Amino acid sequence: MMSNSNPMNMSRRHFMSHMAGASAMTMPALAMGETLYANADDLKRRRKSAILLWMGGGPSTMDIWDLKPGASTGGPFQPIATSGNAQISEHMPLMAKQMHNMAIIRSMSTREADHNRGRYYMHTGYVPNPNIEHPSYGAVLSNQLIDQRPELEIPPFVAIGGGSVGPGFLGMAWAPFSVSSTGQVRNLDMGLGDDRLYQRMYALDLIENGFINQRRGSAASDHQKILKKTLNLMTSEQMKSFKVADEPESVKERYGNTGFGRGCLMARRLVEVGVPFIEVGLGGWDMHSNIHQTLSDTKLPELDQAMSALTEDLEQRGLLEDTAIIWMGEFSRTPRINGNAGRDHWARSWSVVVGGAGMNGGIAIGKTSADGTRVETDPYSSQDVMASVCNALGISLQTTFTSKSGRPMKIANSGKVIKELFS
Amino acid sequence: MKNKILIFSSIILSTLVPLSAYAQDSQDYGIPEVSFINQQIRQGWDDYEIRPSILATDGEWCRRVFLDIIGRVPSVEELHKFVKDKDLGKKKKLVTQLLNDENYTEDYAKNWTTLWTNVLIGRSGGTERNSLTNRAGLQKYLRDSLARNKYYNEIVQELVTATGSNTPGTENYNGAVNFLTMKLAENATLATAETSRVFLGLQVQCTQCHNHPFNEWKQQKFWEMNAFFRQTRSLRRFTTGTRNVSHVELVNESFTGEGLTKDPDKADIYYELRNGITKVAYPVFVDGTKIDPSGYVEDVIRRDELGKLIVNSTYLDKMAVNRIWAHFMGYGFTKPIDDMGPHNPSSHPELVDYLGQQFRKKSFDLKQLITWVVLSEPYALSSRTNSSNETADDPLLGETPKFSRFYIRQMRAEELYESLITATSADKGRGSYEEQETRKSQWLSQFIVAFGNDEGGEQTSFNGTIPQALMMFNGDLVKQATKKDGGSFLDQLAKSNLSNTQKINYLFEAAFARRPAKKEVEVANKLLVARKGDLTAALQDIWWAVLNSNEFILNH
Repeated sequence: MMSNSNPMNMSRRHFMSHMAGASAMTMPALAMGETLYANADDLKRRRKSAILLWMGGGPSTMDIWDLKPGASTGGPFQPIATSGNAQISEHMPLMAKQMHNMAIIRSMSTREADHNRGRYYMHTGYVPNPNIEHPSYGAVLSNQLIDQRPELEIPPFVAIGGGSVGPGFLGMAWAPFSVSSTGQVRNLDMGLGDDRLYQRMYALDLIENGFINQRRGSAASDHQKILKKTLNLMTSEQMKSFKVADEPESVKERYGNTGFGRGCLMARRLVEVGVPFIEVGLGGWDMHSNIHQTLSDTKLPELDQAMSALTEDLEQRGLLEDTAIIWMGEFSRTPRINGNAGRDHWARSWSVVVGGAGMNGGIAIGKTSADGTRVETDPYSSQDVMASVCNALGISLQTTFTSKSGRPMKIANSGKVIKELFS
Repeated sequence: MKNKILIFSSIILSTLVPLSAYAQDSQDYGIPEVSFINQQIRQGWDDYEIRPSILATDGEWCRRVFLDIIGRVPSVEELHKFVKDKDLGKKKKLVTQLLNDENYTEDYAKNWTTLWTNVLIGRSGGTERNSLTNRAGLQKYLRDSLARNKYYNEIVQELVTATGSNTPGTENYNGAVNFLTMKLAENATLATAETSRVFLGLQVQCTQCHNHPFNEWKQQKFWEMNAFFRQTRSLRRFTTGTRNVSHVELVNESFTGEGLTKDPDKADIYYELRNGITKVAYPVFVDGTKIDPSGYVEDVIRRDELGKLIVNSTYLDKMAVNRIWAHFMGYGFTKPIDDMGPHNPSSHPELVDYLGQQFRKKSFDLKQLITWVVLSEPYALSSRTNSSNETADDPLLGETPKFSRFYIRQMRAEELYESLITATSADKGRGSYEEQETRKSQWLSQFIVAFGNDEGGEQTSFNGTIPQALMMFNGDLVKQATKKDGGSFLDQLAKSNLSNTQKINYLFEAAFARRPAKKEVEVANKLLVARKGDLTAALQDIWWAVLNSNEFILNH
């Protein structure tokens, strides 16, 4: 078999499918892609996606989405009117024009005010447990939505400019593919002819299988799965969607010349090519000191520019009705302003913003007290947000995963759909 | 067959004769600590009716002990020397060599410097813009300390109490200051949390703002602990006549307290309860020991007192034991390993206590602690599972680790780097130690992903995902290791007077510490045909495949 090297004129794409049949290294996703191609247009119309805008460090939502002007805790920012019914911060003027698409959930009340615990909880709907690793949003949703896009050759869960949370017990195949906001993916090219690559892979696969067959645990077979995905990706035309630099100048400008702006633009390109879940990270919200100046000078302009561009762009391209946008961090910040003109960690009363995929926009759901320290209406949790997003994406809340230990685990941890988003 | 019968009978007899009925002998090399580990771990197998995996092969054991102690795989020569040794005590001999032979001092110090640096300041510490941490400064301190096997209590005391400049080559340089230089912002809350977590295994960060629901630590304790750091300041020092920062200096200065009276004789600090009530705190250690509340450095240097209290605390012993155990075994006695408070009981409490006591008794000698762990029976087991422990002892399934097999785990990025360098002699003669280290950290920086919070939260993308696979497939490091130009590793191997079979053997032994299987030899021969007899090119293909395999990247 080895001596029958592939002819050099064989295209990469052809070669890959050839190889899939020839060695033990079959690639089911790819094979399926070939047979179902005819249905692609049909599927494209129905396919749902989600974009998580992750605000690492814990953004102060009462300075952005739920202002308390005049309250001792309120800070200096003033509210402004928006295209929806809810007011937001004066430092979010572009977003104000997009609020008819978005809903502010103002009665979030959670318990995790430590960065790592909060990150985990808001990403998974579960509190950390030493005995089990829960899959994150990205892993769960891409796992559920992957069947809608048999033509997808690149990873279904892409994390831009941040780390996200891993796939837990779903396995490394659902891990986030992390890229920087420049869209540069390193080490894509092997610089070898296809025949030689194929022969190397054949030898590699033999060694891999030998080790797996010695029953040394799941890490050995997970490694092999990742090799297959890597090979798929190396040869895919869809990798072009990472190249934000190819966009027209005017578009790049609209999103803003920032890491987060490029990340949001990349997210739109990835939705277009069929990636079901994209997380774009914007860190630096952990403002224990000098919070208002930092917000108005740098953080909010960057957020406002990029988030509004993404919403507007998705709407104009007709993608927003099938794409959910979720804006959140691990928690928010204390209503009380501390001695360093900052705010500390706070999870008891805060806001998350969602929109798209058929969810009602232009509204504020729930209410906090006049000083922002309490939720005065039904409190919502990470699970409830997740359940609502699943509902919007057409994923049944009865969906159950089985952990490696055989424990059944319901999607969104039995969260309840937030009614106002759908009525 | 004999083995089977004995194991069977041991299950029946296990309640009556818990330890003596096993067929497999567990050598203890005459070391009581090893004997105690074996006994305690076996007790766990009996309790759960688990049969341990068979012993790892000599090659597997040799590979893992090199990786875990000195951070790289053994060279083929080192492997042969061990495997061919007929001495029954050869494992002890090798461990002693790796720990004490001066040929390995540099490797040993380098490996543990990397490990401790990542524990103390994270993977990205010192790479931030305007950083107050000098990574190289900390590493130099650690390397010097570890190379001459400074005892653990001394190292901890120095890290907690250090003053001086963070940068080598500047006046008053003391690299140990780099643990704290960047943790003093926001009233030293990070210094408080990290010192407690890293050295005592107490996670207190949650209690900064409120009493924690399931942690016995109360908010008061956080701030009492915090009070120890309030005389400490990080100061930027400038090159004379310029505005360029020359270095950062960690100093102790008298502290007047935060109260209205500003009375340094009772330098107090304040914190706020959730209900808005303000409370006062003075320096009190976790065990309730109070020190002189004066803020004058002439009266008391609070960090010096803290250093003594930490070194006297049994939490120090347990945390060190748990960290070392987890490093070698893949899992600790608690999860996470640095959360050892009363709310998180350990899986083998007697063993943790005993090893902690012995560690203290034996002068906090890290090398002795390492010896006990690596010569123990659980460390000698194969990573191949059997029907009795495949699921019952799989921590990935949420089971508490019972150490009835060696848990496979991925090499760290640093281990991969050093292993490739060793296997291919790639860095020989390429610049000074510092230059080589700089190249390594540049390469490593590609894997760091920061979380964007003030606590320096981060993860590594060297975690078995696609970017890592791409790096192994096509990255510079592997390209370098597999190049076939004149004088390269593969070129030299091809031109050596070994037979073709021996050359293939060499590659497999260098990477896996084993000979190739029959099928693997066949595939190598096919590659030689495909390369039309170009031996170096065929070796290149095989070497590439070997380095990209699970068996190479996984410590097994």
